[in-house]
Amino acid sequence: MDKMLKEYEDKLPKKIIEDLRLNLQKGVAQNKLRKILDTTLGEYQKAKVHPGESVGLVAAESIGEPGTQMTLNTFHFAGVAEMNVTLGLPRIIEILDGRKELDTPMMEIYLKKPYSQGKDVRELALSLKETKLDEITSEFLINLVDLTIEINLNREKMKEIGLTNAHVINAISKQTKGFTIKDNKESITLKSRSKEENLNDIYKAKEKFKEVHLKGIKGIYQVLPVRRDEEYIIITAGSNLADVLQLPEADAYKTTTNNIFEIEQVLGIEAARQAIINEVFKVIESQGLNVDVRHIMLVADTMCISGSVKGITRYGVVSEKASVLARASFETPIKHIINAALVGEVDELNSVVENVMINQPVPVGTGLPDLVTRVKAKDK
Amino acid sequence: MAKEKEAAKEKEVEMEDLEPEVKAAEEAEAVEASIESAETAEVIAVKKPERIEAEQHIHKQVKSIVFSILSPKMIKAMASAKIVTPELYDKEGYPVDGGLMDIRLGVIDPGLRCKTCGSKLKECIGHFGYIELARPIIHVKFVAILLNLLKCTCRDCGRILISQNKIKKTKEILDEVEKEKGIEERRQKVKDIIASLKTINKCPNCKARQHKISLEKPTTFIENEKRISPIEIRTRLEKIPDEDCEIFGLKPPYVRPEWMVLTVLPIPPVTMRPSITLESGERSEDDLTHKLGDIVRINQRLFENINAGAPEIIVEDLWDLLQYHITTFFDNSIAQLPPARHRSGQPLKTISERITSKEGRIRHNLAGKRTNFSARTVISPDPMIELNEVGVPKVIAMTLTVPERVNDWNIAYLKKFIERGPEIYPGANYIIRPDGKKKKITDETKEASLEEIQPGYIVERHLMDGDIAVFNRQPSLHRMSMMCHHIRVLPGNTLRLNPAVCHPYNADFDGDEMNLHIPQTEEARAEAEILMEVQTQLISTRYGLSIIGCVQDAISGNYLLTKEIELSRQEAVDLLASIGLEDFSKLPRKEKISGKEVFSALIPEDFTFKGKTRANEDVLIKGGNLVEGYMDSANLGEGSGLLLRNLHQKYGKSFTIDLLGKMFRLGIQVLLRRGFTCVISDTDLPENARIEIQNVLENAKKDVESLIQLYKDNKLDTFPGKTLEETLELRILEVLNKVRNRTGEIVAEKADRKTHTMIMANSGARGNLLNLAQMAACVGQQAMRGKRIGKGFAERTLSSFKKHDFSPEARGFISNGFKTGLTPYEFFFGSITGRDSLMDTALRTPKSGYLYRRLANAMQDLKVEYDHTVRDAGGRIIQFDYGEDGIDVSKSEGGIINTKRVIDLI
Repeated sequence: MDKMLKEYEDKLPKKIIEDLRLNLQKGVAQNKLRKILDTTLGEYQKAKVHPGESVGLVAAESIGEPGTQMTLNTFHFAGVAEMNVTLGLPRIIEILDGRKELDTPMMEIYLKKPYSQGKDVRELALSLKETKLDEITSEFLINLVDLTIEINLNREKMKEIGLTNAHVINAISKQTKGFTIKDNKESITLKSRSKEENLNDIYKAKEKFKEVHLKGIKGIYQVLPVRRDEEYIIITAGSNLADVLQLPEADAYKTTTNNIFEIEQVLGIEAARQAIINEVFKVIESQGLNVDVRHIMLVADTMCISGSVKGITRYGVVSEKASVLARASFETPIKHIINAALVGEVDELNSVVENVMINQPVPVGTGLPDLVTRVKAKDK
Repeated sequence: MAKEKEAAKEKEVEMEDLEPEVKAAEEAEAVEASIESAETAEVIAVKKPERIEAEQHIHKQVKSIVFSILSPKMIKAMASAKIVTPELYDKEGYPVDGGLMDIRLGVIDPGLRCKTCGSKLKECIGHFGYIELARPIIHVKFVAILLNLLKCTCRDCGRILISQNKIKKTKEILDEVEKEKGIEERRQKVKDIIASLKTINKCPNCKARQHKISLEKPTTFIENEKRISPIEIRTRLEKIPDEDCEIFGLKPPYVRPEWMVLTVLPIPPVTMRPSITLESGERSEDDLTHKLGDIVRINQRLFENINAGAPEIIVEDLWDLLQYHITTFFDNSIAQLPPARHRSGQPLKTISERITSKEGRIRHNLAGKRTNFSARTVISPDPMIELNEVGVPKVIAMTLTVPERVNDWNIAYLKKFIERGPEIYPGANYIIRPDGKKKKITDETKEASLEEIQPGYIVERHLMDGDIAVFNRQPSLHRMSMMCHHIRVLPGNTLRLNPAVCHPYNADFDGDEMNLHIPQTEEARAEAEILMEVQTQLISTRYGLSIIGCVQDAISGNYLLTKEIELSRQEAVDLLASIGLEDFSKLPRKEKISGKEVFSALIPEDFTFKGKTRANEDVLIKGGNLVEGYMDSANLGEGSGLLLRNLHQKYGKSFTIDLLGKMFRLGIQVLLRRGFTCVISDTDLPENARIEIQNVLENAKKDVESLIQLYKDNKLDTFPGKTLEETLELRILEVLNKVRNRTGEIVAEKADRKTHTMIMANSGARGNLLNLAQMAACVGQQAMRGKRIGKGFAERTLSSFKKHDFSPEARGFISNGFKTGLTPYEFFFGSITGRDSLMDTALRTPKSGYLYRRLANAMQDLKVEYDHTVRDAGGRIIQFDYGEDGIDVSKSEGGIINTKRVIDLI
């Protein structure tokens, strides 16, 4: 059986072969198997796309049309009852825009063996959570006369998180410049080294100190260990893929984020493409709608074709079109026409809108084939 | 139809076999495109050939369009008149020579002939003129690039501020970037180079010192706090050699920097700025004419003052004024300038405003086309016509026409139409002579037309049954929003369609209107019939399952028929005859015939199908007989319709659509005979159910109270990361949601399964158990953004409650059902969520519309090539095999090849 299936490997996609292997009973008769395979091949060939099919527009329709049925502001509860995730139309728009800053960045951190069985998950989760100076401070005091900042520490909280004064001072001195630090046990006093400090600068500096990163992973502001299919994972609000993958406890094969831009930076464009497909599919599915993956794949491929993730906006995918008129018909026509004129750009008129504009057949679908015929040379 | 295009570039339409130079002025036969433009204004006028002849061969085709900037020389060359006076008409109302309405620029008055081309109104597409500007004027749209040019070239020698030996290398780098990454990258690189040049203050070529140049928006350039006059700017630009231009991304001979400072201004043809005559006989000029009038007037004044040797300050003032007028002529919405206004105070619509935006030339006129031979009215349902038919009222059928070419074989047939004329159906409205002359058929001309007609003529006859039409409903989000139907002329005044095709159009009959188009050529008809007919669209391109199926009554009818009805043989035959079935041989020969057997009469004998009902019971069709189970929306309905999908797979589209039509009518006929109504008593519950529900509600209330008590005593366990209040809310919500589910279960259990409401819900025709539970028992918690209705600023939802009331009824829990009636505050909470969802819909539509437009625009040129790769218009490969396996979703079964079925089959 395997031998025969192998014969068809070039002719049928892997998926279908796998399907057949799964559904076929053990020990089917040779000629029956041959017949099954031939019928499948026949059906497969019948189902193939025709050349000229404008698959792009079909994909756009397939995603655009259900868009009208999606809800606008769905906030869904992931896991227990905790974090909010943007879903529905806003999320689709966010993904297709290729936005770098998300509304609700989120990670799913899978863990390696002992931890995934529940060992110390809570502690591990808490250690990921980012702590900023602001959180362990009870008060920021500004001494107007000496122009110093006094930071009153909340000892209780520090203990809970496991920080000491030395930690804090170390962090401050590493992340800021131009201040001398004095440790007075219950508080820390900061004094500017430069002489011409004025009050305004001190206020600004104070805001900066609030943001000093002390512990955990930058960008992760909420953690939640949950059990999923016999396994403990950590769901986080906020995302920092690069740093999380460095954790010895994290299972780097499965850990993921919903921030496509981060995936692109860390794992590369192919991973980003897959992430786009997964994320879009997830949203559409959660809305109870039905869209074939092929359409989403095509959109993802269009976004990623240049080697970096480009949004479907006038700055992204559309700006890369070959035709001036196609770009102009989308948005900011004057800008496009002027830039084209400066370079003496030539519009070859080989896509859709341009030909609509000048009343010519569109080279897509039935407009694609041409008739080639030999014409007898005219007698001169 | 003249279209103008704006600002600052010229488009040349390149015709095959024509030298680029000649191109611009040339007019092609098929697409007559006269292109004119100016150093800064470019205008295109395209005229569609007006001939109606069916056979029109396109001899020439536009192959490509080059964009460039018009040189002063070019402007003069393409102009047919020099404009010297701001006057428009003389005393007799005749256009002044050398004025803005000069008849050399085209005609807009009936009766006049164009002095340039000799054609009449509507034939003449208009011609450009020009004016000589007294002083050079900067073109606003090029200010940014001008600033770069000035900053990065030497003020003395005009060379770019890169030393001689490096220029070549820089160019090579740029070319390489373009080759590898495309023009957009090159633009970026140019920007980087320019940025690096801005700080150089000594020319590496002639060692001259460079000064800081800045721009005072919108159009003034400042060097060393002194203004550089446009004259000076122009002389500097002239000095820049061609090869240096290329580094800036300017390509001579298409573009020379000095052309961006205008010395002559093209005057667009009159045809693109027609005046309108008001009822009073007064003429009202177009906005552009007004603006041009200002320009010409000021320009004349400037000339006069310069010639008269007026003081510099006056000349400067006029110069600035001219600059303002020309700037606003191109773009009247520049931030730093007050917009030029009408006397009434409304801003003028000048060239930029004409081109941009949805109502602008590009999106409205060029990318959007209008059509003749179309109709639009209200739609109404008619299940008795086939799915691929559309009922057309007689009035419409007698107005819309189909052209039929006369030949020896049909001349007698077509003469009959002419004989009947336009008043008697089916008649004809027009005949068209071979030379394209169109003649109306009236009682007077009828005789002459009959006499005249011979092979080669075209008769435009009325619509008849079986003609092809394209039917459409907006918004056309789908390709299924435009499908081809066959005409069926019917009495009445509405367009009729089979309710089964409502779903793809997303239509209902609450006043929806739809459009009908009649294709006029054989090619169009063939394409519509082969590619767009309803049966070809049975399977959705979105998910590969059938999108057309039975709806509503058709489902409940078939459900009842196959589940419980038994008929006498006579009734069965009558029923089948009423849906248009003529062959009753499949009915078993016995007196009592079950509904299943009646249904089986439709199914072909060699059809076998295994499926599930909605309730997950088995459905088995064996040898064309429904042996087990019954029909419901899982097998008949749209979206799932597995039975239909299988029929389609086996017997093809035409058979399926025909069978679907029959099933649909069968369902309706069954209900007609049996009777089917909803009564309010359908929602009555037995006494014990009511008590049970009452108990559930009361228990829930108690649960919530105890939760609140826990909260008040501070004994509530908080969820991690949540505050006490949030935890309480979540716990309460959980309890209340359970209540609604529980009441739903009780209703489902206890309600009478025989009621018609339940039949509808169970068959999947309409409604669900939740709807029933809401009517019969309890509407449930009203939620906004996943929370109970908030308490607002006053710590309570309504003044009928105490502050800080956490109880269910104070926060939007509706414990009554719709039948018992809501209390006033319950009704109010219902309205809150109702309004919220209304807003949601209103806000979502434009958002998703924009997303759709962007997607469609970005992806419209992707197509499958002959080598099965997916490529865009530029030839870039997007996918090597469509969807990684090359399967067309609309030809698959839910996106896959169903191997299981294949195996079972063999």
